[in-house]
Amino acid sequence: MIEARGLTRRYGNKVAVDDLSFSVRPGRVTGFLGPNGAGKSTTMRMILGLDRPTSGTVRVNGQAYHELDQPLRRIGALLDAKWVHPNRSARAHLRWLARTNRLPDRRVDEVLEAVGLAAVANRPAGGFSLGMSQRLGIATALLGDPEILMFDEPVNGLDPEGIRWIRGFMRDLAAQGRTVFVSSHLLSEMAQTAEDLVVIGRGKLISQCTTAEFIDNASESLVRVRTPQAEELRAALARADAEVRVEVETGALLVSGVTTQLVGEVAAAGGVVLHELAVERASLEQAFMRLTDDAVEYQTTALPAPELVTAGR
Amino acid sequence: MSAVNLISAESIKLFSTRSPWWCNLLAMVLPVGFATAAVLSWPTDVPISVTEVQMGYQFGMMLVLVMAALAVTTEYRFGTMRTTFQAVPGRSSALLAKTALVAGVAGLVGLVAALGSLGVASVLHPVSDLGLGTADELRAVLGVAPVFVFSAVIAVAVGLLVRQSAGALALLLVWPMLVEPLVSVIPTVGEHIQQWMPFVAADHFLRGERSMIADPVLSPAMALAYFAAVSVGLLAVALVVARRRDA
Ligand SMILES: Nc1ncnc2c1ncn2[C@@H]1O[C@H](COP(=O)(O)OP(=O)(O)OP(=O)(O)O)[C@@H](O)[C@H]1O
Ligand SMILES: [Mg+2]
Repeated sequence: MIEARGLTRRYGNKVAVDDLSFSVRPGRVTGFLGPNGAGKSTTMRMILGLDRPTSGTVRVNGQAYHELDQPLRRIGALLDAKWVHPNRSARAHLRWLARTNRLPDRRVDEVLEAVGLAAVANRPAGGFSLGMSQRLGIATALLGDPEILMFDEPVNGLDPEGIRWIRGFMRDLAAQGRTVFVSSHLLSEMAQTAEDLVVIGRGKLISQCTTAEFIDNASESLVRVRTPQAEELRAALARADAEVRVEVETGALLVSGVTTQLVGEVAAAGGVVLHELAVERASLEQAFMRLTDDAVEYQTTALPAPELVTAGR
Repeated sequence: MSAVNLISAESIKLFSTRSPWWCNLLAMVLPVGFATAAVLSWPTDVPISVTEVQMGYQFGMMLVLVMAALAVTTEYRFGTMRTTFQAVPGRSSALLAKTALVAGVAGLVGLVAALGSLGVASVLHPVSDLGLGTADELRAVLGVAPVFVFSAVIAVAVGLLVRQSAGALALLLVWPMLVEPLVSVIPTVGEHIQQWMPFVAADHFLRGERSMIADPVLSPAMALAYFAAVSVGLLAVALVVARRRDA
């Protein structure tokens, strides 16, 4: 359980995190979503007590981070896979860290095995590829066998194989009943892994809800219905204040502003047979962009489109 | 979190990369090399003093300063300081463990360097009666160990305050080599202020009346106490700053 209350952080007169309150529920994967510069990494550093909030608090299992005894056993984190001395071996890196929280050396070999680095454990970490560094970072997070895990953009820069591995790994962690808090700037990425979402833009909370709810709200969804009793259903839906159009080619009904549940219930109440009931939505990224539009930190001014040269025609 | 675990963690850090090994090795070899050179260039029939033989401690001290400062600044450079603070959120206990380890290693290095210098000189210059008989001789030889210990404490503190290698090393090498010796150039008060310079005080402790201070206020023992106090004071300031700052 992670709980932020009124969390605020200024750097000079720049407000990186602005009165942010949210909670990460135990035993689930919660995505921490926001465009670049939204304040995700800053928030995570504050959760770990690395950066000091300007105001507000954040608690891990009800305690301030600095009150945790042997914190690696409570919460493990991967904020930056490059936080390793390049000439130190992966094993030595994990060994010193294990020692600080009185974890047995055996644990070091276990996590190296778990992330598939056992064979290169004695090689200097500076020579690792990004994917291997990321695995070492995950091993670091797992070292204390914590019930809460936090990852900052873990798939950034990874190849498809690496991405698949990380996604699978996070799902396994959640299946073991752990709390996973993972940041990303891609909704499509989060849609694949997270059950809950905390969405921020320019340091402010935009939304905290389940991923399904967010996607439903964010993307203007159309419900597509095929039925042999189109006229009856259309009338019933109109009475329920839904806006209904007819798809010309197929004769299917396209209903906006409603959920599939509602359409199903209206149909059942009117004794209408359904052949198809499906959600069609705009792409997730479009939806996300629209929601965070005025919360995007670095907006590019669109270049003027080159004018078409029509002279001489 | 017990001190033993934290010191053990720091010792894995210190000895799992190469540069501390090189610094420590050189910190032992250079003074012995200097002693060898001093003795070989000394007339064979004139006795050489223990203080003369130990002059090379300064080279060892420079390397100890480098080793101790790098133990801190490389952690900032590569982000492992953040990982350390994440594991030990109290911060000070981890930093004190590092200081204790680095200072302890520095003390051992100083002892080996000083005894090595003495040993080499006695073998190469049998005419001299080199030993640890007098208080001055004891200080000149065994005193190198505490001087290295507190030098390392100063370097750790400077590393914590400056946080990057180039700046910390420049400060730590220029200060004792250039700034302190040049303080005496200041008209009228220079000579008096100079004996309150920490590394001048350490030198006074080791070399007594042979040091560069003309008219010392502090006894050699008090000079060491003063050097120690400066180093501990600086460390205290650095710990407070490190606690307050973003990691
Ligand atoms: N140490 C710092 N000093 C000054 N400004 C900072 C500092 N850390 C972060 N910021 C600023 O705070 C804002 C939030 O940064 P942060 O790194 O938390 O965003 P983010 O959501 O992690 O972005 P990204 O997706 O690019 O990683 C940015 O505008 C950044 O420039
Ligand atoms: Mg970030």
